[in-house]
Amino acid sequence: MTAYLAIAGARLRALLQYRAAAAAGIVTHIFWGLIRMMIFEAFYRSSAAAQPMSYPEVVTYIWLGQATLALTLGSADMDVRAMVRTGTVAYEMVRPMDVYWTWFSRTIAARLAPMALQVVPVLLIGAMFGLGPPPTVASAAAWAAGTAGALLVTTALWTLASISLLWTISGEGVARLIPTLGYCFCGMLIPIPLMPPWAQPIVTALPFWTVMDAPFRLYLGHIPPEGAGIILLHQLAWTVGLVLFGRWLLGRAFGRLVVQGG
Amino acid sequence: MPQIAAENLRKTFHVAEREAGMVGAVRGLVRRRSREVRALDGVSFSLEAGELVGYIGPNGAGKSTTIKILSGILVPDSGDCRVLDRVPWKDRVPHVARIGVVFGQRTQLWWDLPVIESFQLLRDIYRVSEKAYQAAFEELAALLELRPFLDVPVRQLSLGQRMRCDLAAALLHAPPILFLDEPTIGLDAVSKLTVREFVRRLNRERGVTVILTTHDMDDIEALCTRVIVIGDGHILSDGSLEALRARVTRERWLIVDLTEDAVEVHDPDAEVIRREGPQVCLAFDPTRVAPAELIGRIAARYPVRDLFVQNPPIEEIIARLYRENGR
Repeated sequence: MTAYLAIAGARLRALLQYRAAAAAGIVTHIFWGLIRMMIFEAFYRSSAAAQPMSYPEVVTYIWLGQATLALTLGSADMDVRAMVRTGTVAYEMVRPMDVYWTWFSRTIAARLAPMALQVVPVLLIGAMFGLGPPPTVASAAAWAAGTAGALLVTTALWTLASISLLWTISGEGVARLIPTLGYCFCGMLIPIPLMPPWAQPIVTALPFWTVMDAPFRLYLGHIPPEGAGIILLHQLAWTVGLVLFGRWLLGRAFGRLVVQGG
Repeated sequence: MPQIAAENLRKTFHVAEREAGMVGAVRGLVRRRSREVRALDGVSFSLEAGELVGYIGPNGAGKSTTIKILSGILVPDSGDCRVLDRVPWKDRVPHVARIGVVFGQRTQLWWDLPVIESFQLLRDIYRVSEKAYQAAFEELAALLELRPFLDVPVRQLSLGQRMRCDLAAALLHAPPILFLDEPTIGLDAVSKLTVREFVRRLNRERGVTVILTTHDMDDIEALCTRVIVIGDGHILSDGSLEALRARVTRERWLIVDLTEDAVEVHDPDAEVIRREGPQVCLAFDPTRVAPAELIGRIAARYPVRDLFVQNPPIEEIIARLYRENGR
């Protein structure tokens, strides 16, 4: 366990030193937050029908999304990509550690570091543009718990993306698919409550739902704090499933590993 | 019982191929072609504890594949292998805790962390106690002269500095076995000597078993008591350097420096194999003509400034061995 924590800690320290990347991330997220606000304002002004979410709720939802976006979206672990391309991945196998959990530890850090740098500034700016507080302390706690669960799900997903790099070499393909799917189904494109009713059961069964939409609605009180339990179970089930699948896939990958040259 | 035993290892890779150019690229979309490359075709050897073995062969001969199988990274198609009584790829985690590996062309250090932090990470990964770590670290830092750049991120190290750090990184957990895959590749002369001297001391003083692959025959001559030569997935020769020499050729070389450029050198018992300006290299068989007799004859007949006898360099021996085996 110490070894895996050490890996995650080292990765975190390494990633936190990239200040320019953090600043760029903050500016981008604020810019897109404002754009999305404008789109939804136009949408709400032009529609007379009652919507499942009020406009102030949508604004809060948008800013929460911008602040924690880095948790879910982004790109696959650049280091794993480089390791696979250069063959340094061989060194992963000469360490007395389970390779899956090593990569899982790296991925947790890779997910956490950019968000840790962005979350506070983006929320502060969001508060100036209509980000509202949660209705109760319980809702805030439920949001925090849901976000922690989201970290596990997203880490399991992105670890899978790293493993897929062992097949595609170029580091694209499957690893590109995850953010695209995630973007559509996590509520970043449109909040899930605004989706057609027939689509909602499908979308809420997917792992992407639990990484953004579910925690945000816990924050809004849209899902009452008592609902947090079922969401955490949902997250846990997906995490376990994705971990088992990832381990199986990695086992197969290393069975057919070719480390070329040198 | 041997510490490392490989028995009849075989490994085949499939290499994708396509014809060059646009037509080939399009054809490759429809029909994939692949060629089988036999990296190892029945390789067997065994090592006792404390040996320092040079494992040499041309590019693509199967050296690295063997090292990767021994370190548990690759699974062979067939054959048996035991290192410290474990099958590397089956008991990977306990196996790798007892070996150290350095791939000269790659680094196992964390690219964006200072060297010292990489070492501390490895301490945690190998579960080395703080006391044992401190002792190992102090010793390695002194022997390899790491102190000046311990706080520098790995990406800013020179190749020679990085290689010394990589050697230390592979030894912090005090493994009894060390695999070195081209540890001197690309190094300058001074760094090469440091690495060589370090490996020698490690083997002589601490009894660490070392398998060393290299293209640098000076490494082999300076370090190895035993040499395994591999070519095309087969072991061509296994034994001491002297035995390898004796097997390939009994020939010795007489190097003569003449005072004049233009003189042609001839002798019934020796053959001129090279001539560079005033220096002539004669090959002779010491069982046919005594070196002293040949030297006397040459010195009497030609304007000699200096001369000396040497064994053919090991490169020459190895090259002949490859040629004999159809390469």
